[in-house]
Amino acid sequence: MAAVAVERPPSPSSSHASGIGDGTSREGSIPSSTSARSVSSPVFTSLSPDLHLGDWYIDQIDEKIRTLKLSGHVGFDSLPDQLVAKSTQNGFTFNILCIGETGMGKSTLMDTLFNTSFESNPAPHTLPAVKLKSHTYELQESNVRLKLTIVDTVGYGDQINKGDSFTAIVDYIDKQFDDYLQEELKIKRSLSAYHDSRIHACLYFICPTGHGLKSIDLVCMKKLDSKVNVIPVIAKADTISKSELTKFKQRIIQEIKANGIQIYQFPTDDDTMAKVNTEMNNQIPFAVVGSTDFVRVGNKMLRARQYPWGTVQVENESHCDFTKLREMLIRTNMEDMREVTHQRHYELYRKKILETMGFSDVGQDNQPVSFQQTFEQKRVEHREELQRKEDEMRQTFVLRVKEKETELKEVEKELYTKYDTLKREHAEEKKRYEDLKKRLDEEKAEFQKRKHQVATQQLTSHTLTLGKTKKK
Amino acid sequence: MRTYHQSTRRDLNCLKSDMVIKGRSGLGKSTFVNTLFKATVARRKSGEEEPLPSTTEVKTVSSSLSEGGVRLNLTITDTPGFGDHINNENCWEPIVSYIEAQYGRYLQEEQKVDRLLHIPDTRIHCCVYFIPPTGHSLSSLDVEVLQRLDKIVNVVPVVAKADTLTLEERAAFKERIRADLSDHAIKVYPLQEYEDLDDAPENMKIRERLPFAVVGSTTWHEIHGKKLLGRRSNWGLVEVENKSHNDFAYMRDMLIRTHMQDLIGSTAERHYENFRRARLSTKTTSKVNIVNGQDTDHMEDLNESKI
Repeated sequence: MAAVAVERPPSPSSSHASGIGDGTSREGSIPSSTSARSVSSPVFTSLSPDLHLGDWYIDQIDEKIRTLKLSGHVGFDSLPDQLVAKSTQNGFTFNILCIGETGMGKSTLMDTLFNTSFESNPAPHTLPAVKLKSHTYELQESNVRLKLTIVDTVGYGDQINKGDSFTAIVDYIDKQFDDYLQEELKIKRSLSAYHDSRIHACLYFICPTGHGLKSIDLVCMKKLDSKVNVIPVIAKADTISKSELTKFKQRIIQEIKANGIQIYQFPTDDDTMAKVNTEMNNQIPFAVVGSTDFVRVGNKMLRARQYPWGTVQVENESHCDFTKLREMLIRTNMEDMREVTHQRHYELYRKKILETMGFSDVGQDNQPVSFQQTFEQKRVEHREELQRKEDEMRQTFVLRVKEKETELKEVEKELYTKYDTLKREHAEEKKRYEDLKKRLDEEKAEFQKRKHQVATQQLTSHTLTLGKTKKK
Repeated sequence: MRTYHQSTRRDLNCLKSDMVIKGRSGLGKSTFVNTLFKATVARRKSGEEEPLPSTTEVKTVSSSLSEGGVRLNLTITDTPGFGDHINNENCWEPIVSYIEAQYGRYLQEEQKVDRLLHIPDTRIHCCVYFIPPTGHSLSSLDVEVLQRLDKIVNVVPVVAKADTLTLEERAAFKERIRADLSDHAIKVYPLQEYEDLDDAPENMKIRERLPFAVVGSTTWHEIHGKKLLGRRSNWGLVEVENKSHNDFAYMRDMLIRTHMQDLIGSTAERHYENFRRARLSTKTTSKVNIVNGQDTDHMEDLNESKI
């Protein structure tokens, strides 16, 4: 259902138009800005009263939106003021990512842009991998609060093999999107209080060689152009002369176009800003100079870089494009950059992630499927999977137990048989020994008998001899 | 003021304001809406042409109004047949279903993979509840309905046809209604618990005046050379815009000139989020473990299932 009103040219009907049709007659004359209502009869639609709560797929209501003329001052023209007041109260967030080699002047440019000193330490040249450092600052101007986050790449372009330079950057940007997506998908969420850390603008610092873009520049920009608003900037522009600068800019634009890189274009659909923005679009990339030193020029203190042969004034349009960059970045298009980040880059990311997870808007029969259903389906599948695995494991466990049992039983049986044989042997030996013992006993007994016999024989023989001697 | 301009151009072109007007027939709802927006937004039925609908119906009319470069897409939802029957049990259900259906539709669009940039916002931002000017107190039907509505939408109670009450009767009636509302714990807009400190004194003044006693009229009369909207009778002229005659001006200021953005914002932030939370929690009851008071979120479950 389109929320856009259908504009029809007012038909010049008289103020007592019977087309109004509600039967009221107006007494006196009505102020002339009213009355002409020019539309065919509106369609009254009534929804069936049995729309129950689980019913997601409500048919499109065909409403013809009528354009009405007001007969007096109602007062909703204060709505923009209400909106502005509300937004000012909440404060704004803006996140900038600066990509460039060490020593390009990124931190100095940030200081110059926001007219404060952010106090960042210059980075060394010897880092093994690209790291991102982010700092958040709260700035206030009149009664508008801005939460500014500046993310710096440290160690970019310092390695010998620069192949992985951009992975850290892409991962960081993706992580910010992911955090936001997580928050959006939560059940208990608080989007209005959430600190939005998605990158709204990416300033890419180009080395002022004068020849063209380096291959790492092209590769990096290509990877980033669908994730973030890329604004290429020529750093340290005071090293290039004017004529070389124009040629350099042309080369850069050519190379960018040739590689199909989509850099951020300032919006040209708004009538008031269209002309200025188109002009600025033709001046990209901006050649900037940053400075934290103030130099006295004439009777004013200006930001400038002082050389023996002259002074480069930062805010002078003929010296460099700094003022244009500041104008475009902060004063004109900040809100547009935030919108584009949210509506284009974030939505793209979200779509990709959800699709890789298997969600889609259209189910198997080309019926529209809601997120809820897909999620439920997945959960049911997952649960079934878990159940199946559990059953499998249980079965294997039972099998194993059975095996072990049979093993143990066999061992037990063996033990018993062994025990039996041992016992038998034992018994046999015992018997044998008993036999031996019996025999020994018998022999002993016999021996005793014989001994006794011999003894008695001797005695009798003795008595015989004894008797003989006595008779004498 | 660049933001001013931009917001005029972009956001408000898609700005929608939805209102539900509820009350029994004959209370002057359509006239009120027409007076409020100074345009024939709602068509009054001339006489009783159609028979009373057997159940409460929900009818919507959309219009586009333009003032000072600001375009407002206004949708008024009317509820004919509400409270008109002998047995009024569950007459609020079609309305509650309608409101929740709008939330459901927004939620569905929000959750799509390929979703629109500007989701068409049909959620009800404000519900104007018309109380008949009996002079006694809130009827049991009113109490029942308000108890159900205040949790899902911003409710603004209004005493209709206030010219039937004298000023003293009006004050007493308002007192009794306020007492009734607080007895039954009905929270009407502006809500006390969510307001910012800066708005507190303003909101206090508004709350002291609740419910607004209004008189609506679309007929112009000429008095001493001035043109006034009002109702003329034999004993005098009730002026719509006169603050000593009725509260219409206060209500119009609150609804349109100062609190419109807040109405839209609080619907999106509070009522919609409550609905969304309730809707998503019921689907995931088995997975909801209240760890530190937070429900497990979708992504964790999804990541689990991926493994």
